[in-house]
Amino acid sequence: MKIEVADQAISEQVMQLEGIDFITGGDQYLTFTLGEEHYGLDILAVNEIRGWIPPTLIPNAPTHVKGVTNLRGNIVPVIDLRILFQVGNVDYSPFTVTIIVAMKSATMNRTMGFVVDAVSDVLNAEKSEIKSTSAFGGSVPLEYVTGLVNVGNDVVTLLDIEQLLNLDEDDDEH
Amino acid sequence: MAQILIVDDSASMRNMVATTLKSAGHQVTDAADGQAGLNKAKSSKFDVVVTDLNMPIMNGIDLVRNLRALANYKYTPILLLTTESSMDKKTEGKAAGATGWLVKPFNPDKLLATVARVIG
Amino acid sequence: MPIDMEQFHEVFFEECFEGLDVMEQSLLIIGQSNDPEVINTIFRAAHSIKGGSGTFGFADVANFTHVLETLLDDARDGRRELNEECIELLLRSCDCLRGMFTLLQAKKTPNLDQSIELIAAFERILRAKDTTVNTAQAEAVIQTSPEGSGSMLSQNSKNDVNTSISTDNKDTKHWQITFVPEPQILLSGNEPLRLFRELADLGKLDTTANISEIPNFADLTVDECFIRWDLELRDSSASKEDILEVFDWVIDECTLNIQLINDNTSTPVEATTSEPSEAPMASSQDKLTTTDGLSQQIASTDKKMAPDVQATSSDKNSLSSSSSSIRVGVDKVDNLINLVGELVITQSMLSELGNNFDITKLEKLSHGLEQLLQNTKELQESVMRIRMLPISFAFNRFPRMIRDLALKIDKKVELVICGENTELDKTVMEQISDPLVHLVRNAIDHGIETAEERIRKGKPEQGCIRLDAYHQGGNIVIEVTDDGKGLDTTAIHHKAIEKGLIDSNEPLSENEIYDLIFQPGFSTASQVSDISGRGVGMDVVKRNIKSLGGRIVVQSKLDMGTTIRVHLPLTLAILDGQLVRIGQQVFIVPLITIVESLQVKPELVNRVSGDMLMYRLREDNVPIIYLYKEFSISADNTDIDNALLVVVESDGQKVGLLVDDLLAQQQVVIKSLESNYKRIEGISGATILGDGSVSMILDIPGLIAASFRRSKAKRQFKAA
Repeated sequence: MKIEVADQAISEQVMQLEGIDFITGGDQYLTFTLGEEHYGLDILAVNEIRGWIPPTLIPNAPTHVKGVTNLRGNIVPVIDLRILFQVGNVDYSPFTVTIIVAMKSATMNRTMGFVVDAVSDVLNAEKSEIKSTSAFGGSVPLEYVTGLVNVGNDVVTLLDIEQLLNLDEDDDEH
Repeated sequence: MAQILIVDDSASMRNMVATTLKSAGHQVTDAADGQAGLNKAKSSKFDVVVTDLNMPIMNGIDLVRNLRALANYKYTPILLLTTESSMDKKTEGKAAGATGWLVKPFNPDKLLATVARVIG
Repeated sequence: MPIDMEQFHEVFFEECFEGLDVMEQSLLIIGQSNDPEVINTIFRAAHSIKGGSGTFGFADVANFTHVLETLLDDARDGRRELNEECIELLLRSCDCLRGMFTLLQAKKTPNLDQSIELIAAFERILRAKDTTVNTAQAEAVIQTSPEGSGSMLSQNSKNDVNTSISTDNKDTKHWQITFVPEPQILLSGNEPLRLFRELADLGKLDTTANISEIPNFADLTVDECFIRWDLELRDSSASKEDILEVFDWVIDECTLNIQLINDNTSTPVEATTSEPSEAPMASSQDKLTTTDGLSQQIASTDKKMAPDVQATSSDKNSLSSSSSSIRVGVDKVDNLINLVGELVITQSMLSELGNNFDITKLEKLSHGLEQLLQNTKELQESVMRIRMLPISFAFNRFPRMIRDLALKIDKKVELVICGENTELDKTVMEQISDPLVHLVRNAIDHGIETAEERIRKGKPEQGCIRLDAYHQGGNIVIEVTDDGKGLDTTAIHHKAIEKGLIDSNEPLSENEIYDLIFQPGFSTASQVSDISGRGVGMDVVKRNIKSLGGRIVVQSKLDMGTTIRVHLPLTLAILDGQLVRIGQQVFIVPLITIVESLQVKPELVNRVSGDMLMYRLREDNVPIIYLYKEFSISADNTDIDNALLVVVESDGQKVGLLVDDLLAQQQVVIKSLESNYKRIEGISGATILGDGSVSMILDIPGLIAASFRRSKAKRQFKAA
């Protein structure tokens, strides 16, 4: 699957993902960084990677909801994960990346954009490698996390796509 | 094999007749009322005409009369679709010049057999 | 090659539903006149349904429709008049058939109880007439099942052939047939040679032509047949009936002599001559039954059948169930094809321009782009029109409904329909259908007075309900008018106070009082009538209309009547919008809501009851809404003085929106915010502007309602 690139500036950061074996079904994760931390998303849910274009503000929206943007005729909300998870510095540069995530199932059909600092490698991880999260600590609410994977000296936090796409449901809590 | 014109104001009936006849290799044209049928008959020559009786604008009997008035339809087999209760229609139809009839309800095989009777 | 009949079923069902609609409409207008054209229409519809049901294997429907057809056949031949009783039965039959087809369409088996009852009722009517041959024939046909023409003719033969021969299957029969066709036989398209071909299928055929009767050449007419034939059919297992069947179409136009010459028997069986057949009806004389002038009470069955039939008639709603297909006139499709053609031309022209573009071609480019705009606009309009259907589809259910309702509650009501050709979007029409039903029911139930009351008031005994539809500035307006007792504002006001919906001190305008009837839980009916509900109706109606992007307006005069006007957008997908700028953001204000835009005159601004700012617009005091505050965004101008105000209206209430700038007016495509995000207060959707950016569409009714709620809360807070 070739991932489309919308901006020149991030072309170096985008991996060519041709020839990925999808039959193993979701053991590949697109990893990205928020500040110093590493995160991963099920690669099957990733539609494309774009740069940062200021979206249209949504009145009275929570701070992590930056607004909505036009994705080939569709209105797609843009969420800044750095604000949501309170990680890293929130700045918008030509290197800022928006990952477009979509999921279509019996219960859900949604597309959303998530703003991150940078995109890294594609991670292959067997289920056995995924460890459960610790019950304490971390600014990332537990409901968004499916597990942790050790990659070298780093730890990658795997995020739950479905929960992320549903996040506006619990907006009232913030 | 043959060029057949089916005239009936019921689309489902037209569908059924056309599909059946086409499956036997015939070429089928359809019309939804007598006047449309007459127009089609005028613009191209059909080997057989199958028509319902009760139709708006021009009914089957009048269609038969009008067809017989055309020089090239003097001897063309024209079949009427009748119901068992309209016996007098058969007589009227024959008086107007119809060749024969096919009684409703009919199944595809009966339709094909009846049409086969009139194809030379 | 067995042909699967199921592929034709869906079209057949659609046809039947349409046919039943036609039948019903015609039955309602037939009245006393018994117009033969109308009767014919009804007959044809029933006949079609019967024919199709038989062909496609729905025997129960066919049997049922058969009795209807028989009655209608009598009617159109003038043998019977369609009186109230017949019409009532026929209407109920329509309901029953609708129910049956709905079940069949869902691949379920229909319950036959109702149809059996109705058949019995029809038969009683049919028998109650004098016993003429014709009636007996109709009867005979009811009792017999459909048979091929061959068997009918076989009843005509005078002598029956020996049984031993008719059951003999051996290929040993030898038939001698003399066939003398009448000269005009060819003119019916019957070709003797074809007949012989068929005969040859039954055995070994030898034909000898007898040309003795052919006239002189000079007297010969080219299309007449003077040949007669002697035919010998040998080695055949055919019976006489089989042979007669071959000649069944021409039996009237020939003299046929069939003789069995059988090698096995010594004596030839007597020949039977088939003369041109007598009326086949003669055979059914035996089937005459004994009825004579016994008039049955049909009325007694009416009450019993009523509840079931009522249930079916309310079940039937082929309109509100959104069907997945739409019928489009060929002219609309042709128009579309033409427009696409023009678009293609424009595209290739622009493409060509783009190939070797230089600055000198700028004007051509500009022209080309204008052309493109024109093409796209026309194409868009044309496509939208495809989804447009005349509102008659929605209006058509009312004659029947009003008739049934008026009978039930014993009021005399006349229905007048205007503007039934006004077109609107198919989906909008499907969704407006139920609300309209409720409005009409309400008008009859609560609006129109009883006959005595009307006479007392000096009104005509018969009340009138008027349905009208027309286009008005990019929208469709549907009116339901009654000449009944009108809305009693005092009663409504009191009821609302009683129900705790409003504060007793609050002064309300007439419009505001009318609005109360749309509040949930409101109903001024002293007793709940079972046809228009327990006050749950009107608020649902309003909600439905609002969800379609429309609004509902009430106009009434005591004792004169009420008019309810429903305004709806012509299509759900496109909106005429006014672009406005607030700070850095561009918003869309639906053009339909805009009353006017003006530059604020400081002297007309008033501070009212605390910190609410009002603008004096002619007679009204219009509250001002600071959109930048509502949306928590920055604005250039936060001061009311010399600001730009866009006065908008919803539900009869006006507000002024403070904006920085008025931009263009344009048509925008409404895109949902909710599909990927969620519903936002004050915003009804979003659109994508020409520059690719997203712009929010303001929810004017929502904004106004919210602001009024807030101001009311403030007032109550202050009062407390």
